[in-house]
Amino acid sequence: MSGRRARQARDLAMTLLCGAAVVVALAPLASLLWLVIARGLPGLSPTFFVARPAPVGEPGGGVGNAIVGTLFMVGLASLIAVPIGIGAGVFLAERGDGPLGRAVRFTADVLGGVPSIVVGIVAYAVLVIPMRRFSALAGGLALAILMVPTLARASEEFVRLVPSALREASLALGVPAWRTSLRVVLRTALGGIVTAALLAVARAAGETAPLLFTALNNQYWNVRPDQPTASLTVQIFNYAISPYPQWHAQAWSAALVLLLLVGLLNLLARLASRDRVREGGA
Amino acid sequence: MAEPGPRIRSRRNLGDRIWASVLTAAGGGVLLVAGLIVAVVSRAAEPAFRTLGVGRFLLGEDWDPVAGSFGALPFIYGTLVTSALALAVALPVAVGLGLFLAEMGPPRLRPPVAFAIETLASIPSVVYGLWGLFVLVPWLRGGLEPALGHALGFLPLFRGPPLGLGYLSAGLLLAIMILPTIASVTLEVLRTVPPALREGALALGATRWEMIRLAVLPHARAGILGAALLGLGRALGETMAVTMVIGNAPEIHASLFAPGYSLPSVIANEFSEATGPLHTAALSALALVLFGVTLVLNGLARVLVLVTRSRAERAA
Repeated sequence: MSGRRARQARDLAMTLLCGAAVVVALAPLASLLWLVIARGLPGLSPTFFVARPAPVGEPGGGVGNAIVGTLFMVGLASLIAVPIGIGAGVFLAERGDGPLGRAVRFTADVLGGVPSIVVGIVAYAVLVIPMRRFSALAGGLALAILMVPTLARASEEFVRLVPSALREASLALGVPAWRTSLRVVLRTALGGIVTAALLAVARAAGETAPLLFTALNNQYWNVRPDQPTASLTVQIFNYAISPYPQWHAQAWSAALVLLLLVGLLNLLARLASRDRVREGGA
Repeated sequence: MAEPGPRIRSRRNLGDRIWASVLTAAGGGVLLVAGLIVAVVSRAAEPAFRTLGVGRFLLGEDWDPVAGSFGALPFIYGTLVTSALALAVALPVAVGLGLFLAEMGPPRLRPPVAFAIETLASIPSVVYGLWGLFVLVPWLRGGLEPALGHALGFLPLFRGPPLGLGYLSAGLLLAIMILPTIASVTLEVLRTVPPALREGALALGATRWEMIRLAVLPHARAGILGAALLGLGRALGETMAVTMVIGNAPEIHASLFAPGYSLPSVIANEFSEATGPLHTAALSALALVLFGVTLVLNGLARVLVLVTRSRAERAA
């Protein structure tokens, strides 16, 4: 039975190898989270959240205008992307079994993998060139294009979770199909749809590349859609590649703020569909 | 005067028709967005291909915007080298991770590991870049690259001064970033393997690893290939993290320690400060190349994952 012992040894070795893969995968995560907290925390002060960037050598300075800019552009993007994305998701779930549905689903999947920098070029050509200036609107459009496919596929999944018995009961009571969609199906899936929207918003808030030449950056406060606008991500990038240690420290602190923002959005996304998921899992 | 019955029905039909067209319009919006990207980027890129010639542009090795010389090869090379390196490092780890989560790991440990992988996927790429620049690069410069050069310096891949900034750091950082993508799709694919296959193998006396090797992996092979292609697509298009650690030198080097450049990075660095219309068009042409490659890869990957899933449904 030496063959059996060898086989069991190989089984054990492969199990350990898979365990090792887990350790290898999680080590960078641990290092990254630890360093963002350790290096970012000392720079966090109330001023950091409300001040705008200070020149090199001057103490203080913060990312207040960048936080506002990020929220502003993500808000603009959501205004454009949420109706289209969720509408497309409901379309896919409710009437997406025909050839058009299959085409839309496949396109959404493929669009989900388009590099975000390419989308930046689209927003540049569509808005920056005609307006002759970098603007929050152009940044918002770029983020919106990135959000649509994610939103569509995620909200489709959640709408499909609605039991068809509910839909059939409503139709059997004589409720028209459109009201059944709106009042029964969408209402039941609402938590999931909110989750889909929040996940897309979280992803958009972390994007840098599509903002570089659409919203550019801004050292000042701005909430006008037709002006260049600061964002947390572009600010982190600019601070990180600068030669000044003082700005590097600011980059770590801004990264901590960004991770907290993205983490909060992801947490809210989980909470929004918690009941729904529990039902589905039971 | 119409009778009440038909009138109600027609109002109902009207509501249904409006709702159907609203939904169809939203679905069509997705197609429209795709069409917009293709049309806009091709139009922006067209002057570059017309003026420079497709072959001379794609195979040109010299990139000097001020002198009006635009060759895409250093960027294509840098993108391919870093992405291939990332895939080579990430794929085995991701498959191990997928197997741990689907088959091997203690059930108690699976949810926290899955949560950690989701966290890894949600970290913005600029934060990866920051970590790469101040943690990974110094470690490569002072630790890994000298060690590799010492042990494997007879290969041209590992020759030259350990700069830290270069293909190796970009490739390793990309590997970390695409790991969650590959692992989660692999996990999804492994879960579609019918339990009967596993039970059959175990009933024949196979150990757990033999069950995985003989029953699970052959079934999931196409799907795992799809997962790898999705990860590769993500690596090709990743911008910020690569820009921060690759060194940004439009050169071609055999050594992984040398600084290079990638397609998305050069667009990110030069687009807003382009020297003229031809420069902008050349950068747009680079974006078109990138877009085309990722489109084909993603399409292929989706088809492979779908094939695996439908085969599982047939078998079930």
